[in-house]
Amino acid sequence: MRPEIVLHSLGYLLQAAGVTIALSVAGIALGFAIGALVCAARLSPRQALARCGAFYVSFFRGVPLLVQLLFIYYFLAKYGLDVPALVAAIGGLGLSSGAYQAEILRGALNAVPAGQSEAAVALGFSGLDIWRRILMPQALRISTPPLINEFILLLKASSLVSVVGIAELTRVSMNIASMTYRPFEAYLAGGLIYLLINLCLAAFGLFAERRLATGRAS
Amino acid sequence: MSFEVLWRYAPALVGGFGVTVLCWSLGAVIGLTFGLAIALLGRLELAPLRWLLRACVETIRGTPFLVQLFLLYAGGPFIGLKLSATAAGILGLGAYSSAYFSEIFRAGFASVPEGQSEAAISVGMRPVDIFWRIRLPIALVATLPAIVNMLVILSKETVVLSIITVPELMYQMQTMAAETFTAFDAIFAMAIFYWLLVEAVSRLGRRLEARLTAFMSGEARPA
Repeated sequence: MRPEIVLHSLGYLLQAAGVTIALSVAGIALGFAIGALVCAARLSPRQALARCGAFYVSFFRGVPLLVQLLFIYYFLAKYGLDVPALVAAIGGLGLSSGAYQAEILRGALNAVPAGQSEAAVALGFSGLDIWRRILMPQALRISTPPLINEFILLLKASSLVSVVGIAELTRVSMNIASMTYRPFEAYLAGGLIYLLINLCLAAFGLFAERRLATGRAS
Repeated sequence: MSFEVLWRYAPALVGGFGVTVLCWSLGAVIGLTFGLAIALLGRLELAPLRWLLRACVETIRGTPFLVQLFLLYAGGPFIGLKLSATAAGILGLGAYSSAYFSEIFRAGFASVPEGQSEAAISVGMRPVDIFWRIRLPIALVATLPAIVNMLVILSKETVVLSIITVPELMYQMQTMAAETFTAFDAIFAMAIFYWLLVEAVSRLGRRLEARLTAFMSGEARPA
């Protein structure tokens, strides 16, 4: 073990960790937008739309992320679209995460008791207001813990983006490994940084869960 | 992509699929075995052991599978663990899934009602029998949906093994794509293939669940 190798390139690693976090945040945000749309499609009374939503979820959850990423990469290349690798990577993470987030949101909406919207109808709320003021706030509260969990999963999945050549944490660990011929230390350091980020996220998730639970009890 | 190309590479692709299935099944067997062992050891009243297991499980669950594979395959030789790519892949899949399986089993054992073991004690069963004939079967049935789900996730993770040059399906397909300049078609075919595979495996899993829980009443059956 030669830990000084890692200390030498610590700045490089931390910068890469920043890229990983930024990628994941962009991916989860895009995924949330896609997830909300897909969830709305799945819950739509129109059969065709609901089926499209179900197909989206089935496809993007069924195809391995690595295949999806390479698909997007080659798809763009085939049609001559000169998109930076970063956009392809965020797009891939977002498309994939969107399928999972659609299911999280659907589950959360289903978990809101039917009596809530019935009561809102009885009080004369309009359709949009029921969504905006009754269903959405409750569904978001229910879906916060699983969404944080999804964020952790996405952060780990973002390591696959290294394959399309973005200098995020895994790629930089690879670079350090090949520059120093000490892969063990390099990957150990990379892994520990991932672990640290995820432990923080998990702690934040617990905190959020507790906060949301107290809000409900009152 | 012409069928001629596919035909020419068919042996490699079929062989690659064989390696995929091999890695998946062996990885799952290792993962299930160690997962069960970790869950059982965690039930012992030994605080240091429990903390150690907890730390291992959280470390594996908190780091990306790809980084674990690199650490095992590229870093392994530096700590005296020299493995071939396929062996590292199988071992990696096993270690990775064992953490998730152990959590599944832990929850499964926790869900067995106390009354079941109390009833077993009162009819005079030995502790060993209570474990093998009462607690374990109930826990296994309760965890079945989660296990099937994890097996499906694991089947998708096998694709990552191509990055450390395990000659599985994805790797063979990429070799073909590089040699014949058919990258887009090859990846497209892969996406469809894995989608069908995952759909088939999860359908099969649901059928298996339905059969194994057929003796239960509708309410007790795991969703």
